[in-house]
Amino acid sequence: MKFHPQDFLKLRNVRRVAQVFFFSLFLFLVFVTDLRYLKGYPASLFLELDPLVAFATAITTHTVYMGLLWSVALILPTLLFGRIFCNWICPYGILHHFTGWLLGKSRAEERERIEANRYKKLYSLKYVILIAMIAAAIGGTLQIGWLDPICLFHRSMSTVILPMLNLFFPSSVYVRQYFHVGAWIIGFMLLFLVGMNVLIPRFFCRVLCPLGAFLGTLSSVALWRIDRDPNKCVDCDLCLKSCEGAADPHTQLRKSECFVCFNCVEDCPEDAISFKFLPQLKREVTTPAVPARRAFLGTLIGLGFYAFGRTSGASDRNYDKKVIRPPGSVEEKDFLDRCIKCDQCIRTCPTNVLQPALMESGIEGVWTPILNMKIGFCEVNCTLCGEVCPTGAIQRINIEEKTGTGPFQDEGPIKLGTAFYDYGRCLPWAMETPCVVCEEVCPVSPKAIYSREVTIIKRDGNPITLRRPYVDPALCIGCGICEHECPVTDEAAIRVTAVGETRSKDRRLLMDGGVTSSVRDLEKRQR
Amino acid sequence: MSAANNQDLAPENGDAVSRREFLVRLGLTTALVAGTGLAARKLWQPKHYVPGFQKETGQQLKNYSLEASKVYPSLAIAHGTEHEKTIRAALTALGGMDRFIQKGDVVMIKPNVAFDRPPALAATTHPDALRAVAKLCREAGAARVIIADNPINSPTGCFFKSGLTAVAAEMNLDLMYPEASSFAPLQLEGEILKNWTFFSAPFKTATKVIGLAPCKDHNLCHASMTTKNWYGLLGGRRNQFHQHIHSIVSDFTMMMKPTLVILDGMNVLMSNGPTGGRLSDVKPMNTIVAGTDMVAVDSYGYSHLLERDIAELTYLHKAHARGLGNIHWEDTLHKEVTA
Repeated sequence: MKFHPQDFLKLRNVRRVAQVFFFSLFLFLVFVTDLRYLKGYPASLFLELDPLVAFATAITTHTVYMGLLWSVALILPTLLFGRIFCNWICPYGILHHFTGWLLGKSRAEERERIEANRYKKLYSLKYVILIAMIAAAIGGTLQIGWLDPICLFHRSMSTVILPMLNLFFPSSVYVRQYFHVGAWIIGFMLLFLVGMNVLIPRFFCRVLCPLGAFLGTLSSVALWRIDRDPNKCVDCDLCLKSCEGAADPHTQLRKSECFVCFNCVEDCPEDAISFKFLPQLKREVTTPAVPARRAFLGTLIGLGFYAFGRTSGASDRNYDKKVIRPPGSVEEKDFLDRCIKCDQCIRTCPTNVLQPALMESGIEGVWTPILNMKIGFCEVNCTLCGEVCPTGAIQRINIEEKTGTGPFQDEGPIKLGTAFYDYGRCLPWAMETPCVVCEEVCPVSPKAIYSREVTIIKRDGNPITLRRPYVDPALCIGCGICEHECPVTDEAAIRVTAVGETRSKDRRLLMDGGVTSSVRDLEKRQR
Repeated sequence: MSAANNQDLAPENGDAVSRREFLVRLGLTTALVAGTGLAARKLWQPKHYVPGFQKETGQQLKNYSLEASKVYPSLAIAHGTEHEKTIRAALTALGGMDRFIQKGDVVMIKPNVAFDRPPALAATTHPDALRAVAKLCREAGAARVIIADNPINSPTGCFFKSGLTAVAAEMNLDLMYPEASSFAPLQLEGEILKNWTFFSAPFKTATKVIGLAPCKDHNLCHASMTTKNWYGLLGGRRNQFHQHIHSIVSDFTMMMKPTLVILDGMNVLMSNGPTGGRLSDVKPMNTIVAGTDMVAVDSYGYSHLLERDIAELTYLHKAHARGLGNIHWEDTLHKEVTA
């Protein structure tokens, strides 16, 4: 067979080059989201491009946070050309495209492939999901992160794929192996979604993706679209063979479903399909096919989610002591307005202390970041989590602001919680044994943990002099290194709980206006 | 695939099989039976014994020290304001870096990078000190210079923010992080330390070892200087050490016989150690102490840099009593110079 260069210059191959480029870019940005490599890379670029993130946070916070303005760069081409994002740029879409080809029906008979790519009513589910998420956002809780593909993929990378790589190839990603609470749930979810491509090609993209639904809705007004010339068409349905979006190019094109992959253009033996400017409206299904009552049901589910979540009390009086948020986090209800569960903070955390929550902060807070001092501790001289947070759930504080030094002297340090002793488990208090590792590692100056020397008579009658530790709640910043380093490793003899955190007025411990540093009024911090 | 109908499945010659098929099928089954038997025989552990749980014996660290010299001092105290000049002066007083490092040596420098702190807080080895020592090693002909530590805080953060990552890049040093595979068991007849996991990777190639420690206050054992610096070579559950801290730290003098130790007393962490945290915890003392006996070096450091009573520094007395060093630094051959 002769090589014809023009054969290579097919739209398909141009698209493939773009897919490889954007997928590699995504992987690169995920990889460099690490203290050692981060430098100035825009680690959250894909999240910032994601218009659903910008749109939904705009509903909950009435603002578009910093880099989220980049989403405009994606909205504009969608309004012109349709859902090009889904098959050209979206790394999660590319993952499903690739795994669908690898595991799915790519080697099946032509007829089977054509049947697999016909539109199904099930595909309108994503619009109901999107409506539910927007309704929840209007209620006041941001829940797009469950299924937004960029959040979902970033989360899977941070908590499953990179730790897995490091498990098989030690020290390839982390110096010490990272752990993530409940990683198996996120891992199986990823496997399930990838595996579903065997039954339904692009299952996630066609059935579940709320971003796809959002872009699909926008693309109703697109000026260009795939168009079939009925005069040339011989109704062979071959255009369906590789149709990624199941957009029915063989009849009236479902504009909101089309991924603009251009496969149909090249698969058509009669040259009946082209990408056309302003084709006739009668040859398309312009808007998403969502029955009004389903949309209403979606609204009910979204509002219900908000109401059931809120009235469970986890973000209010019944808050869990384990909900210790990253430094610079906004107050809990505002946090739930902003956090998209992308877990970029978890990716960049140099100590592995940040963990995806399960039910600690209620149903609303699943996979939002909380600190687990058994696994890590908050490094005082570090603000990386705020640095990569795309939505401002964790603010971009600097070290001086975090530690309450320099211009922030009057405001005092940011406290994540307060450490409490469990003297029954503490070696010098209960077991006649010297220790005070907690005091040694306490990073604030003067140390929040101090010790008093006592001489006691041991059980065997001999005297021993040891130091017994105490916490000064006014100085404790709740970093948790004391808990992390405590030799009582299963349940430490000193543990940090959320009370005393400066981000919340309701969760303070010490009275304002006292003599000690913790009581400096943190109202100044509520920006 | 079309389903086979009964006619296809009916035997043509009764139930006979060909000789070839007979041999292949019989052979396969026999091989699997034999394989199972052999595997069982090989793997069966008949006694009540679980492999992998026997008492393990670790390796011992080599002695990296030089033979004692009657000509050169074993302790040098240099006063000055710049790291490089002062360290150079101290080394010159000891007889020059050539005395310790020869051409082709692989030098392991052990800084103290226990905490994620900027250099100004004096909780970690100062980048200028590392740069100066690495330069001296290179001038003396060192083929490679390794730096390694197992910090308490995150390793990457500690090296990065202490400024040592930058020096390592600038000077082309081998920075070794404490990876899981970097550790191996160590054997010692210490007072407490008998068998412990330690950071062995750098010692696979190192021919010389230099300890480069800041001079710091310590909440539990009073001071962290060149002796306590070796804590960073150990792994495992180090937070148990505090139950016998003075015994353990004195065991370090037995565990590690370095070529040279250097105590950086240019800026001393006087209080709130070992972490520090405020500039007011730091006091400029403008002194570098170098020597071959870490007990003598630390003894000077405790009394003259931290300005405290040596009587209370139990671990040094323990080391002295065990003949592992001389706490009476003024009795050793020493030299005091100004850069």
